[in-house]
Amino acid sequence: MTAQARWWPGRGAIALLSRNFLVWRKLLVPSLLGNFGDPLLYLLALGYGLGHFVGKMESLPYMTFIASGITASSIMNTATFEGLYSAYTRMSIQQTYAAILATPLEIADILGGELLWCAVKGLISAMAIIVVASGFGAISWRWLFLALPVIFLAGLSFAAIALCFTAIARSYDFFMYYFTLGVTPMFLFCGVFYPIHTLPLPVREIALVLPLTHAVLLLRPLLTGRLPPDAGIHLLVLGGFAFAGYILALRLFRRRLLV
Amino acid sequence: MPGQWQPPLPAVNSVRLELRALRKSYGGHPVLGGLSLQISPGECYALLGPNGAGKSTTIRAIQGLTPLDGGEVLLDGRPVDEWPGGGRGFMGIVPQSDNLDPDFTVSENLRVYGRYYGLSSRVVQQRMTELLEFVSLQEAAQRPIQALSGGMKRRLTIARALIHQPRLLLLDEPSTGLDPQARHLIWQRLRDLRRQGVTLLLTTHYLEEAERLADRVGIIDHGRLLAEDSPAALIQTHIPGEVLEVRRQDGMPPDPGGWHQGQVAASERAGDTLLLYGPDLSAVRVHFAGDPDVRLLSRQATLEDVFLRLTGRELREEENP
Repeated sequence: MTAQARWWPGRGAIALLSRNFLVWRKLLVPSLLGNFGDPLLYLLALGYGLGHFVGKMESLPYMTFIASGITASSIMNTATFEGLYSAYTRMSIQQTYAAILATPLEIADILGGELLWCAVKGLISAMAIIVVASGFGAISWRWLFLALPVIFLAGLSFAAIALCFTAIARSYDFFMYYFTLGVTPMFLFCGVFYPIHTLPLPVREIALVLPLTHAVLLLRPLLTGRLPPDAGIHLLVLGGFAFAGYILALRLFRRRLLV
Repeated sequence: MPGQWQPPLPAVNSVRLELRALRKSYGGHPVLGGLSLQISPGECYALLGPNGAGKSTTIRAIQGLTPLDGGEVLLDGRPVDEWPGGGRGFMGIVPQSDNLDPDFTVSENLRVYGRYYGLSSRVVQQRMTELLEFVSLQEAAQRPIQALSGGMKRRLTIARALIHQPRLLLLDEPSTGLDPQARHLIWQRLRDLRRQGVTLLLTTHYLEEAERLADRVGIIDHGRLLAEDSPAALIQTHIPGEVLEVRRQDGMPPDPGGWHQGQVAASERAGDTLLLYGPDLSAVRVHFAGDPDVRLLSRQATLEDVFLRLTGRELREEENP
């Protein structure tokens, strides 16, 4: 007898999404404070402090250059954190998934709901930065309506990768591997603080297969009033990470939860 | 008032549960060895077994949460995986360890759980009021989960399992770790549900629980059914008559010469105790009463005697796959 054959999330994913939203609403103030406070500090410290010496980068004021970069890295951080620590807490510590699996929901629904929620949180944090950076005149709203779906897609891909790690984690400590070997290198080498063409060739080639690079290459033009070149490739890479991450995470969660 | 509760909901359409030759092993170690059971609509069936006997695995298998090596689970004659949602839409589950959502209050737990079944908030609101009354938690509706006692948590878990009016309720050790008051309230409520027509399957290693609640008891070990009948019939069949426990005050084994063997229907040694079974043990009692070092306990046979005779007395360590 096979247990749980469905590969794609159904309406149950929305039930989980709304559960997570209700919890978030309870902690709205501290959560939003973090969303608005952190980018404000980054923009002040790096945009003004470092920007004073850097001047322009790729013909953009450094504050403008870095505002779009920090938007992209914040999607990564937020979606990753939610997909690792919060999802692990729900799965393992709180046994929320076990309670949900007693209902008609399947693992595909849980995973789908978690992915959507991580992407929503990424979107919230990106919007907070866009609002704060707009106050510094560092964001153009012209193509914002195109940037929003890109932000959501980037959130899905970072969340899908994170949930693969969650599915095999035995404790919170395990996530340090991914942070040290994945998240931090992406934060430093994927074009958040400087354009990747300044990197030596082998490093640049590695950076080109990482999702954050493609999120930055899409969002920097879109948030500074231009349309990104090679948008199709970047969207394909982000979509590929989201799709492959989902399929892998589903297999890993099934192996873990259906025993 | 407990006991005077009136069912607010119409009697449910009961469901028949059938397990056919379930087989499952973890790493070469068999947990279910071809377990077959039939539970009639509206019946209360208790699955008894020591730790690691396969009780929890059976409950998981019914929910489709365990890939089986063989066999199938049928609801009303139809395999569960052919039902939408694996048939979980009309099963209620009370798991062994509480997994209430600690991010929410009592009433939010019910509200959020109702959504997983696709219930409208109006329906959930109405059932929530009834269910909180049913499990005597009206006063606690706004409390966070952390503020509940173990008994309150278990009652809320039962209310949560009933939010979608299930026809089959699966309870995995529902009263483990509860004080007698909480246990008796839960038993009362389970009997109420049975009267309403809900089919109940519970696992337990409290023999008293099985004796008080179940129409039929199945004793399992190593994932196989050892005996199955009503509690009274099981006792009748396996332990004829009365039980006499013989113990020496100095802790030495009583009756080392084995005098008793010709006098009783069956006997068993367990540590410092000699257990004697037979239709009439008065002669034996008189014999041992002459020895001032011997303590005697004469009692009726219980399901526990049946259980221990069938599953043996060696300790079972807790196993969690």
